[in-house]
Amino acid sequence: MGDTAVRVEGLYKRYRLGATHAQDASLAGALARGMRQLLGRRAVSSSASEAIWALRDVSFEIKKGEVFGVIGTNGSGKSTLLKILSRVTEPTKGRAIINGRFCGLLEVGTGFHPELTGRDNVYMSGAILGMKRQEIARKFDEIVAFAEVEQFIDTPVKHYSSGMYVRLGFSVLAHMDPDILIVDEVLAVGDVRFQKKCMGKMEDVGQHGRTVILVSHDMPAITRMCKRAILLNKGEVVQEGSAHDVVNHYLHAGHIKPCEEWADPTQAPGNEVVRMRAVRVQTESGVIMDRFDIRRPIDIEVEFDVVKPGHVFVPVFNLYNEEDAIIFIAHDRDPAWQRTPRPVGRYVSTARIPGNFLSEGVITVAALMMTEDPFRLHAHAPRVIGFRVDDSGTGDSARGDFHGRWPGIVRPLLEWRTRYTPD
Amino acid sequence: MHNVLPQSHSSSIVIEPSKGYVQVGWGELWAARELFYFLAWRDLKTRYAQTAIGAGWALMQPLLSTLIFTLVFSYLAKVPSDGLPYPLFAFAAILPWSLFARSLERSTLSVVTEGGLIKKVYFPRLIIPISATFINLVDFAVGLLILIGMMLWYQIVPQWTLVFLPLFVGVALATALSVSLWLSALNVKYRDVASVVPLMTQLWMFASPVLYPASLVPESFRFYYGLNPMAGVIEGFRWAVLGKSAPDWGMVAVSLVVVALMLVGGVMFFRRVERTFADLI
Repeated sequence: MGDTAVRVEGLYKRYRLGATHAQDASLAGALARGMRQLLGRRAVSSSASEAIWALRDVSFEIKKGEVFGVIGTNGSGKSTLLKILSRVTEPTKGRAIINGRFCGLLEVGTGFHPELTGRDNVYMSGAILGMKRQEIARKFDEIVAFAEVEQFIDTPVKHYSSGMYVRLGFSVLAHMDPDILIVDEVLAVGDVRFQKKCMGKMEDVGQHGRTVILVSHDMPAITRMCKRAILLNKGEVVQEGSAHDVVNHYLHAGHIKPCEEWADPTQAPGNEVVRMRAVRVQTESGVIMDRFDIRRPIDIEVEFDVVKPGHVFVPVFNLYNEEDAIIFIAHDRDPAWQRTPRPVGRYVSTARIPGNFLSEGVITVAALMMTEDPFRLHAHAPRVIGFRVDDSGTGDSARGDFHGRWPGIVRPLLEWRTRYTPD
Repeated sequence: MHNVLPQSHSSSIVIEPSKGYVQVGWGELWAARELFYFLAWRDLKTRYAQTAIGAGWALMQPLLSTLIFTLVFSYLAKVPSDGLPYPLFAFAAILPWSLFARSLERSTLSVVTEGGLIKKVYFPRLIIPISATFINLVDFAVGLLILIGMMLWYQIVPQWTLVFLPLFVGVALATALSVSLWLSALNVKYRDVASVVPLMTQLWMFASPVLYPASLVPESFRFYYGLNPMAGVIEGFRWAVLGKSAPDWGMVAVSLVVVALMLVGGVMFFRRVERTFADLI
């Protein structure tokens, strides 16, 4: 027990669904219900009885100095687990024991106020994370230098680019010097160079005997940085073990889904001008599928709402293979909307990938909405959907009748011509 | 349960469902006192950065109220004012009253306003309503300058009674907090709580000796009148500053007991329900 940093024992968390009706959320409604009950009338059946278990019997242990990964699809319970560990919410049952100074941060830039300057926000955010004033003052220059925002440190952060904002937020967190650090998806933001810097910083933290809990969709990052990991699915620990094994399990055991729809627009990727509604992968005839025959075309589509008119939006798909290499990036070049500001409304943009083009394996898709001039990212759904491409060996694909290992990022069936000259 | 923890780690945290009575957590609250200053400082800074005339608004409201009340209650209704000039009589009550009312309103909204933080990071939640209460002392201090100006104008010299001023200011804040601890927590679940508060403070003002002296209230009702802690605060504040007509100390004692009970109850209630905040906001 002496070398344990975090121990989680049979953790359960129940959320109540419902209570979304206005009358459930108002004092007037509650009083009216109470009156009805007092008068002996049956209360209107409450939808609050519906409950979901966001976590079910989750147990694991993290040793001191370990970099520990938590993976799982959206809705698998990762965020709930983090919220419990960082004491934002309470478990319904079970318990967790944490040894050491602890820092949980569910979002980079927590506690930032847009009207305050970078300098003020560093102090504010540091105080919220539990740093003492002198401690922040001592590390201030280091924090600012790491974030590379020296020039703008006395500018209100509302004028910051999203990259600067995230860099400063992460930098405060990274300089906390906690014994246990929880990082959620922080690596999905910022540019590639800064991501690398963050990873370096976190590896540093790990090497100094500190414990890091890393929650990410970025599988290569998990395998590279973590020794051990757990995989959550529907609130339960599906697998615990070496990060490599767990990631493989995740990638190959169908924890990918061919469709993501955001029922609640406020949860969907987007901003005040455009918001995603759904991302899907489907057959030519519009059937949502998670497995495709390598010979068939594949349609990837994004459904989105333009909320504010006047922007030339370009839907973008990035496709990744199992090694997390980008297979390709596709920008919507539908001539009807190229250089055309879009009026408000619902749009569905579909990109058709020809058959006999992608390799076999699991392919994940990131969907983005951007404007190219000026270049700006409006919505980003990283690794939002995935699907599998199979070659069943019919002989008419690029594979032909060969059944061995077949490397290559893409596998096009090219047009071959033969010139033959008989003797 | 404690035998599971290694003795060497005083910083071990056990996270489990809390049951029944929850401790106030004074140690934790004290440890987070810097965060309290920062929250207050941020609110002040952003508030005064956004309004061009900043503190000007803090002056306008009590001054305009005093003007209107003087016209209506003194000139038209001829309400007595304990032998003091009515504008001074009214302003010396409106000042602590505004401190109370603004604190109550702001603090009631505070938990929902800070929902973004509550959902993302842990810190002692009690800090939020406490900080939202205390920052109103800044507007109060500005108002106090005006009061001094008015006293110079009417040539009224403060007496030794001035030493009681901090006591009544403290009770005004405690009263606001004791109510807003309940309301801010309830407001998380029932969002219409916030809309009841302005109505409540308005009615409450007429139940307090802001516009009329408590001496107008019949002797036999004084005990019940004192159940409203603000009755003692207003009378006491006016006496501390202007030195005329000492408050009914029996009434003040009743007020103090009521505030103490409501405050303890408020803290316990807040601590009991704060665990659900992140799930409900």
